[in-house]
Amino acid sequence: MLLNQFLILAAFLFCTGVYGVLARKHAVLVLMSIELMLAGVNLNLVAFGAFRHTDIGQVFALFVLTIAAAEVGIGLAIVLLIYRNLHSADLDDVDTMKG
Amino acid sequence: MWFLDHAWLVPLIPALSFVVILLLGRRMPRHGSEVGVSAVAISFLLSCGAAVQWIHRVQDAKGGSALGALGRSIGHLGAESSEAPVLPVLHSVTWFQNGGVKLTAGIQIDGLAVMMMFVVTIISLLVHIYSLEYMRGDRRYTYYYAALSLFTASMLLLVVSDNTLQLLVGWELVGVCSFMLIGHWWEEQQNSNAAVKAFLTTRTGDIGLLTGVIMTFFVIQRATGVGSFNIIELNRAASNPKVGHTLILWTAAALMLAIIGKSGQFPLHTWLPDAMAGPTPVSALIHAATMVVAGVYLGARVYPVFFNGFSIGSGGVNPMALIGGITVLIGAALAFVQDDIKKVLAYSTISQLGYMVMALGVGAWTAAVFHLFTHAFFKADLFLGAGSVSHSGSHHSFDMKKDMGGLKKYMPQTYYTFLIGTLALAGIFPLAGFWSKDEILANAGHNNFKFFLVIGLIGAFLTAAYMTRCIYLTFFGEYRGAQEPHAVPHVDEAEHSPADTAAAVDHDAHAHGPHESNGLITVPLWILSFFAVFAGFLNFPHFSKFEEWFDPRFPVEFHDIEPILHPAAFNAILATISVLVAVTAGSIVLAYYRGMLPQRLSERYAFFRAGKAFLVNKYYLDYLYENVIVASIKGPIADGAYWFNQHVIDNVLNYTGRGARALGRVTYDYVDQKGVDGLVNGIATVTGDSGGEVRKLETGRLQFYALMLVAAVVIFAGALWIFN
Amino acid sequence: MIAENVAFGIIAAAMALGAIGVVRTKNIVHAALYLVVVLAGGAAQFILLGQEFVAWVQVLVYIGAVIVLFLFGIMLTRAPMHPADSLDNNLRWPAAVTALFLVGILSGLLVHTFHGQKLNDLEPVRTNQITNSIFTTYIVPFEVVGVLLLGALIGAVLLARKD
Repeated sequence: MLLNQFLILAAFLFCTGVYGVLARKHAVLVLMSIELMLAGVNLNLVAFGAFRHTDIGQVFALFVLTIAAAEVGIGLAIVLLIYRNLHSADLDDVDTMKG
Repeated sequence: MWFLDHAWLVPLIPALSFVVILLLGRRMPRHGSEVGVSAVAISFLLSCGAAVQWIHRVQDAKGGSALGALGRSIGHLGAESSEAPVLPVLHSVTWFQNGGVKLTAGIQIDGLAVMMMFVVTIISLLVHIYSLEYMRGDRRYTYYYAALSLFTASMLLLVVSDNTLQLLVGWELVGVCSFMLIGHWWEEQQNSNAAVKAFLTTRTGDIGLLTGVIMTFFVIQRATGVGSFNIIELNRAASNPKVGHTLILWTAAALMLAIIGKSGQFPLHTWLPDAMAGPTPVSALIHAATMVVAGVYLGARVYPVFFNGFSIGSGGVNPMALIGGITVLIGAALAFVQDDIKKVLAYSTISQLGYMVMALGVGAWTAAVFHLFTHAFFKADLFLGAGSVSHSGSHHSFDMKKDMGGLKKYMPQTYYTFLIGTLALAGIFPLAGFWSKDEILANAGHNNFKFFLVIGLIGAFLTAAYMTRCIYLTFFGEYRGAQEPHAVPHVDEAEHSPADTAAAVDHDAHAHGPHESNGLITVPLWILSFFAVFAGFLNFPHFSKFEEWFDPRFPVEFHDIEPILHPAAFNAILATISVLVAVTAGSIVLAYYRGMLPQRLSERYAFFRAGKAFLVNKYYLDYLYENVIVASIKGPIADGAYWFNQHVIDNVLNYTGRGARALGRVTYDYVDQKGVDGLVNGIATVTGDSGGEVRKLETGRLQFYALMLVAAVVIFAGALWIFN
Repeated sequence: MIAENVAFGIIAAAMALGAIGVVRTKNIVHAALYLVVVLAGGAAQFILLGQEFVAWVQVLVYIGAVIVLFLFGIMLTRAPMHPADSLDNNLRWPAAVTALFLVGILSGLLVHTFHGQKLNDLEPVRTNQITNSIFTTYIVPFEVVGVLLLGALIGAVLLARKD
């Protein structure tokens, strides 16, 4: 197996996640896209760890995973707050910083 | 030669007394007059000392002294001179020096200076003493004495100066003093007018003096290469052929103008009669004896300039003699129609000054100076006599016809002294006037100026005539003045004002009618009469002390003038003729007044009336000067100045103002509103608009910002990859 | 060898489709489910690479907890559970362009750098190897992560409570 195939796959996932972050209206969908990006990053890390025969890849991916979970928790809490204040989770409505 | 070397004290002491009187006079017991009198007395004594020493100096020169030998050795240059030359005493200090030009202040004491000093100081002293009585209780007594002191100092400064610049200073100062003293009672408009007229008329002459003095500088420069104002150098340079005749002629003409103004020659004589508005002692001192002769003195001092300029040596009519001659006649003619005794004497002065100038014009230097000397005494005598008459005889009036007459018995001393003065003036043998006037006539005849001899004789006739009229009207006949004591203050001409009369006048003429004057007045009169009698003998033929002592002796000075300046010998025939002329004139006048001749001619015949009107109006000269000349200069100039002011200056200002306003408007509208404000507003608008544009990036939307970030990163990454 | 590649290919295709589905679907719940596909595929890839521990942790944590969290979030924010008109905002096209550029650059870079690098000798990594590393070499990050989790927990509770 080529290393590249994993890496390119990871890059694809990452960019799709980028598209999703930028283009999706609903806040939860944005969080999901962030998860996509993190998935791509994990794949990248693990691929390299396998390539180099070292543990760091997995360990790092483990940490990323953990942190991603924490981040989703917090993110959703924020989304909930936004929803409470604006009665909409639409990110276009969050524009009090406009101007 | 102490007195000669220190002759600079003579002007200095009266000058100091002027300052002292001005500052402290009011507080002194006699109001400053004591300072004035003593100062002049000291100056007089110094002048006497100087005169005596000068006479010794002359005699030493003739004798065997070393000074005389020196003088004679120089005198060989003027080989024809039998008189030994005597050097004048010179002292000077240089007060300005630049590139060879030295301006000095100094004294030149020779015979002429000594004689003038003597005359000025003695007459000034007598006038000071006279004024103690005459001006008693006057409102400005102290200032009067201050002005008298200043005048004496200035006249002496003029007389002793060794350069024309200093002479100019003295000349101007005496003019100022004359102005001050004529206008002594300036509260009456007539007096201040007279003072201004005197000042301005002499000022016209002073234009000539200033120009002349400047020209003397250049005369000397042409002759010696270095310009200066020194009189001895000037006299030398005037005879120097290196100086062109034109320059000398113009210098002489300019200085002649000065003489005309100051010495009351035709046509600038009109100020002298009006100057009689001043107090009588002032008239005696300034307008008879001393100031008016400053012109004649100038002529005598720088005589070579006139001699060479007007070519006096060649006979014929020259401006100096001509003007002098005209003055003799017109002054004498006008003296006939005056009712005011002072005005008679004023015109007489004009006439006698004419004699002096005429004498200078015919080359009779010694005669002119001698006549100056004697005239001072008898004219001062006459004036002070007139003052005495008015003071004690006619209640301060000078009108002969109205207020005088028959005063012979009331005022004998005044009468006798006045009579002596009159006889001297008329030139009756053996009084002083005879000798001096006769010398002028003799020289005129001798030097080929026969025409002026005739004029001189006519003048002598007229002089005797008007003086006889004057003395007759004043002292003979019935007393025409008021006799009772005054209950009402009288309105009289320009003498003491009613205010003074009501004030502390303590003499009691009002209570008693005419009476003789106080000793302070009569003693000076007698002293002057004494001189009027005996001064003439100084130049008695073959005795000729005046000539010997006072003639200029510096041969190089008058080198080629000497032959002419030899005074003519005494001509007995001419002398007799002149005396006869005078006596005839006097007799005719007396006959007229005794009724033996046709009376009231001017009232009966139109011809005589016109003639009298012409004379009374002083030949309409005053009219000419004031209404024609002055008005025609004043009017157009004033109008022109007014037009210029209104149309040119005001327009300049108005247009400047309008232009400034328009400029302001333009600046406001374009520069300010559109330009500056536009720029400022433009900047603001641009900033605002660009801000507005940039603000559109601030959408407040998270994803938009995120997009910006990512896009930037992508672009950078791409750029990096491509360029690496 | 070939089996691995084939397996990789299939799983990769599934992941790709799932990713695209996440970002393009009109139904939020479907998006969450597509995310499950992607994450599962990711775990499979990990096993292919021999990294078993992280693969199972991913399944447990990610799919088990995170996706459930997402579903809860969807529910709590009253997101439309049926297909909505559009779940995209107006930045679709610039974002697409940017993403495309990014993938292009990244791919190009990767190909350029790691061209022909093979993954050799892939052995399954034993769990105790990983845990030994964690608890010895990487103990500090482990503790930090633990504190971070604690903080996240407290924070989330704080943020989301009603007061």
